[in-house]
Amino acid sequence: MTHRFRDLLALEPLSAAELSFLLEQSRPFQEIQRHPLKKLATLRGKTVALAFFENSTRTRISFGAAAARLGADTMNLQAEASSVKKGESLLDTVHTLDAMKPDCLVMRHAASGAPEFVARHLEIPVVNAGDGTHEHPSQGLLDALTIRDRKGRIENLNVTILGDIQHSRVARSNIHLLGKFGCRFTLCGPAMWVPQELEKIGPPGAVIRRTARIDEALDGADVIIVLRVQSERLHEPALPLDDYVLLYQLNAERLRRARKDAIVLHPGPMNRGIEISPEVADGPQSCVLEQVTNGIAVRMAILYLLIGTPAEEAPQTTASSGEQTPAKARESTHASD
Amino acid sequence: MLLIKNGRVLDPASKTDGALDILLDGERISQLAPAGKIAAPPGGEVLDAAGLVVAPGFLDIHVHLREPGQESSETIESGTRSAARGGFTAVCCMPNTRPVNDNAAVTRFILDRAKAAASVRVWPIGAASVGSKGEAIAEIAGMKEAGIVAVSDDGKPIATGKLTRQVMDYCRSLDLPVIEHAEDVSLAAGAVMREGVTSTRLGLSGMPAAAEAVCVARDVQLAELTGARLHIAHLSAKASLEQVRWAKQRGLQVTCEVTPHHFTLIDEDVQYDSRFKMNPPLAAREDREALLAGLADGTVDAIATDHAPHEPALKDVEFDKAPFGILGFETALALALEQLVHTGRLSLMRMVELFTTGPARVLGIQRKLAPGEPADLTIFSTGHAWTYNVNDSPSKSRNSPFDGRTFKGAPMATIVAGRLVYRRK
Repeated sequence: MTHRFRDLLALEPLSAAELSFLLEQSRPFQEIQRHPLKKLATLRGKTVALAFFENSTRTRISFGAAAARLGADTMNLQAEASSVKKGESLLDTVHTLDAMKPDCLVMRHAASGAPEFVARHLEIPVVNAGDGTHEHPSQGLLDALTIRDRKGRIENLNVTILGDIQHSRVARSNIHLLGKFGCRFTLCGPAMWVPQELEKIGPPGAVIRRTARIDEALDGADVIIVLRVQSERLHEPALPLDDYVLLYQLNAERLRRARKDAIVLHPGPMNRGIEISPEVADGPQSCVLEQVTNGIAVRMAILYLLIGTPAEEAPQTTASSGEQTPAKARESTHASD
Repeated sequence: MLLIKNGRVLDPASKTDGALDILLDGERISQLAPAGKIAAPPGGEVLDAAGLVVAPGFLDIHVHLREPGQESSETIESGTRSAARGGFTAVCCMPNTRPVNDNAAVTRFILDRAKAAASVRVWPIGAASVGSKGEAIAEIAGMKEAGIVAVSDDGKPIATGKLTRQVMDYCRSLDLPVIEHAEDVSLAAGAVMREGVTSTRLGLSGMPAAAEAVCVARDVQLAELTGARLHIAHLSAKASLEQVRWAKQRGLQVTCEVTPHHFTLIDEDVQYDSRFKMNPPLAAREDREALLAGLADGTVDAIATDHAPHEPALKDVEFDKAPFGILGFETALALALEQLVHTGRLSLMRMVELFTTGPARVLGIQRKLAPGEPADLTIFSTGHAWTYNVNDSPSKSRNSPFDGRTFKGAPMATIVAGRLVYRRK
């Protein structure tokens, strides 16, 4: 297949083949995480701008580490300390960053669609590091990588997602990726966080069902993705936290309803004792730390692909196609434009 | 003297549809007669309207001209030039200017500016409450004396049921229609588009159709209670339309308007592009179908554009942050032809009615072609092929989702008080 990733804005418009390719690209970088010396020179001389308009610690550090291990330099913009607070428009801010000549822009923003909006105005590749309640593509990829490592495949699994699906960009990216590989989804949480429209957001033919009962949701599950209860969401609508714990916490007893070899993922940061019990979080089925390690591998693959590979020299899996176009063809990643 | 000859004259008021010539004398219509029966006036002008439709001047009862206060987005001068290009001979400007048009001084300012700079007639709408804040009733009688034609707190609903009732009681005694931007603001809080599969997929906050319909239901009840004339602005939801239909069946004085964008586009058209962001937001597929049916069966009284210019600096931002509203004048007729007439849903006469006698009825005025009537005419083609380029617009803003769209049919000439204010080249 041809890789023509100009930006990485969302997983929804990507085909199964393109997603497989991205996962395949991450493998060698997973290896590197196990080496005593993890630094490559692949992106030496390149600069990655990290613009986090919304607070984030782990994703920012993960992208920063990914850039560093590829030998790239980084420029950091954090909204709290930036001109954004002084009323500068998003376009002015990114144009200013762009004028400092980074080779790509990794951005997180509280507004859904903000990276796509920015990408329309910039020449350099834009990587979405999480936008509002839309998507979190690198998280979707690292989750898939983690699932594949543990389960040996990402095809045709029963995937249960627990929590505030409506406001989760992670859940959307999970659905858009795993849904293209025949996974069946059960979305579970309080009704106002799991509206029926969610049944129709997946790829054509995707099986997505909803239930408000956790026991039903866990029956036969291969993969359980536990979402973080965001305290700011508890006010809208007001939902008693104790009720949430009572009805939806993933604890050891409930986990027994899932398949014996089921695995548990959490995008972090975890609220131990709220959406997940400590024994599940630390138990053998939990993959949370592998997810963190895989996050760096996936992000290295993304950066390498977008700024490290002139399309002609794209890695082996694509070399045979022989029709690499400069990575400026927007169609492939912007199918929904 | 101006003679318009060889046109197909369509006049909904008299149900005229025929080959007539019209002679204008100064600001008034002087004569209508079968084609060829009026001799060209010596020294007068002749406009050959062969192949074109000649209709009473189009009236847009819902527009934002942004003056005073937001002149970087639009002025009375630029907005009415755009209106003239859209074939409109009169526009009713909403009071959400800065300051709000909630007193006679602001009303007079708008009318003075219009007199000095406007291409078409400007009929201001006054605020229902002081500052449109929903607390105290505005100086409605004073504004009426100065020239307002209706009241509205547009941009938002009249805040409470109690105040709405009081405004309705008062406006009934003043014989003014109350125009409502129907929205339950708590249901719509934070929303940037219509709630549905698209909003869920895009991760954008959505408002349900009920946000509009529950407010329409409240207002219809209050219209019955008070006997006031109630007009629902930019109606977008099927459930709201059913409320209006019910009110009309009961004989209440309830009317409504629909915008071209709501009968053309739906929520599925929304991408992260703020040119598709307006309030009420683009509705569901079934809502659009209901609006098309309502336009055909008479439940909808008027097409109004809700022309809402926002300068690029305001609109070229994240979708969440962008202000609501799009340009409307120059694509209104072309969209109506495209969606309503060329599809066979409406007769041309019915479409003209929605731009002329329909909105006039909302305001309680006449709109017809007859000797002695104001010489306000809209002359248009139903077949002229053209492409809308927003950069050609005299508007100061560029926020149209229809930029680049190719149309069949366009305004060809706009005549206000006997004066040719626009002629398509």
